[in-house]
Amino acid sequence: MATTQAGIVPRPDQAGVTPLLEVEDLHVEFRTRDGVAKAVNGVSYTLHEGETLAVLGESGSGKSVTAQAIMGILDSPPGFVTGGAVRFRGQDLLALPDDERRAYRGRSISMIFQDALSALNPVFPVGWQIAEMFRVHEGLSKKDARKRAIELMEQVRIPAARERVGDYPHQFSGGMRQRIMIAMAIALDPDVLIADEPTTALDVTVQAQIMQLLADLQRDRNMGLILIAHDLGVVADVADKIEVMYSGRIMEQAPVHDIYAAPAHPYTKGLLESIPRVDLKGQELSAIKGLPPNLTNIPAGCEFRPRCPYAREICKEQRPPLAEVVPGRFSACHFAQEVLEGDIEPVQQ
Amino acid sequence: MTSNPSSSEVVLDVDNLVKHFPLTTGVLVKRQVGAVKAVDGVSLQLRRGETLGVVGESGCGKSTLAKLLMRLEEPTSGKAYFKGQNIYDLQGKALRELRRNIQIVFQDPYSSLNPRMTVGDIVGEPFDIHPEVAPRGQRRKRVQELLEVVGLNPEHINRYPHQFSGGQRQRIGIARGLALRPEIIICDEPVSALDVSVQAQVVNLLEQLQDEFGLSYIFIAHDLSVVRHISDRVAVMYLGRIVETGTDAEIYEQPTHPYTQALLSAVPVPDPSVRGQRQQIILSGDVPSPANPPSGCRFRTRCWKATDKCAEEDPALIVRPGSNHESACHYAAVREDVVVQH
Repeated sequence: MATTQAGIVPRPDQAGVTPLLEVEDLHVEFRTRDGVAKAVNGVSYTLHEGETLAVLGESGSGKSVTAQAIMGILDSPPGFVTGGAVRFRGQDLLALPDDERRAYRGRSISMIFQDALSALNPVFPVGWQIAEMFRVHEGLSKKDARKRAIELMEQVRIPAARERVGDYPHQFSGGMRQRIMIAMAIALDPDVLIADEPTTALDVTVQAQIMQLLADLQRDRNMGLILIAHDLGVVADVADKIEVMYSGRIMEQAPVHDIYAAPAHPYTKGLLESIPRVDLKGQELSAIKGLPPNLTNIPAGCEFRPRCPYAREICKEQRPPLAEVVPGRFSACHFAQEVLEGDIEPVQQ
Repeated sequence: MTSNPSSSEVVLDVDNLVKHFPLTTGVLVKRQVGAVKAVDGVSLQLRRGETLGVVGESGCGKSTLAKLLMRLEEPTSGKAYFKGQNIYDLQGKALRELRRNIQIVFQDPYSSLNPRMTVGDIVGEPFDIHPEVAPRGQRRKRVQELLEVVGLNPEHINRYPHQFSGGQRQRIGIARGLALRPEIIICDEPVSALDVSVQAQVVNLLEQLQDEFGLSYIFIAHDLSVVRHISDRVAVMYLGRIVETGTDAEIYEQPTHPYTQALLSAVPVPDPSVRGQRQQIILSGDVPSPANPPSGCRFRTRCWKATDKCAEEDPALIVRPGSNHESACHYAAVREDVVVQH
């Protein structure tokens, strides 16, 4: 797999090549009775062919909402895209009318959800649901669509696919249901696959199988893969590039090896340090204190400041932009350089 | 950490516990056609001040085990001794006394707290059933103390669960568990529903409370790295049985049962530099149905070492040659390539 040393700057060999998917300064808000929740506040990232991009963040960080906005499946109202662009091979999807945009969904960009049991329709056989993709999008006959569905079930390694094509979702285990969702997502051979916490609800042995399957499919089809996760462990094995989100913004963006070796943002650092490690057994885990901010009332200055051990005066006043720290690495912290080099002391409070 | 729990007294001694849920057919005349063998012969010991981690995949019976130990379910057979008394023999006052001493913290802090009760009512409810612990007049004060112990603001006593975040709700659940000053707390996946940054806070709280009150924990979880961090001993369950048990170092560094090895090898390591360097055992297929477990060794259908012997002879959980902890495998052997030191 090609290593991606570049962040949002195209790689030298790809200079001049339009990225597969480009999210630029995306803003999404939810207008609720309790006020306007600013869920996504200026997210930008790019994805190239054959690349795996991991988007990390806690619940409420805006990672899934960004994905929904890319797919165009945001619940609206209450959700509204209030600014920015989502470009697929240069075409801004947000500027398209609904019916033109539908042509991209499933065929160009496709998505897998966390909870396969609620994402699948319980009253139709799984084979019928997979085949629906071919009947609706490609106008195949019932018989041909069913044949294609069986092929797909085999591709996602469902044993005895031919016998199980008529079974209903509840007759499958969690891992098998996730495979069925993957089969539906790749049915139309999409260029971009978004996987929203695909293994969170699964056991660790099944999780390994599903990650392996996704990695194989991505390689075979040269897809761009956006992997949304809340756990640093799952993505370490497969991602090329990591985006860390917090409070609707990207806090850090870096190639995978760099970010685990030396984070350049206090939040990433906090996340990495809160993972239990063998050599720290018997000691207190280093937890990030406090809670994520309320999205209807994001604090002024840096969003992470109330929880940051290094916060200083400037962090109260100015919101740090996502800026390049070293070539290819970006961090939204006033002291990114110092955090990266470990050259900063926590402030006593 | 507590001072060497391995030498302290045994507070809970579980002996060959079995729970079969009957499968019936027929509408008017019910007929039993089989049984889901959720827990099928589990023995374990818990010492004072010790944390016993129980790991396994969904459906392996770990939550049923928790319910049995709480006596929320009656076992099909087997015994569990709390300080020398079989908890399944107890009735009336003695049973109530037992319930005081064994408490549980549930996985989902969203569904385990009544949304119509204030935090004060939730945490103070155990005192309604056990008024001897806190007389009426002191109840409010006790609840506020408990909230403080778990790191919540005692002034929030009149708030409702929805006004708290997931991590805070789990703290409320822990405060309720602590209310009656139990000796044992069963933690059934207490941090799985929480965000990573909040998980560490709750794990720290549990450890700190253990030191302060000398609690014993049975810590049920599927996250192996959290279990390792908090546990003194670990039991690995598969299809209603314990397949391997030992100290945390024995299980994590010298696993001898193939299932433990597969489980450990599947744990994602948050370090991209070991990518491709460690052996990942990808188990084929799913866990067989507990209504119809395989003959002999239950893991044999997914095991790469399985032979005819495994189909015929059920391996006992005993100390096997070449290691010093118990493993239920005929071919138990240490395998180091699945273990990653990070």
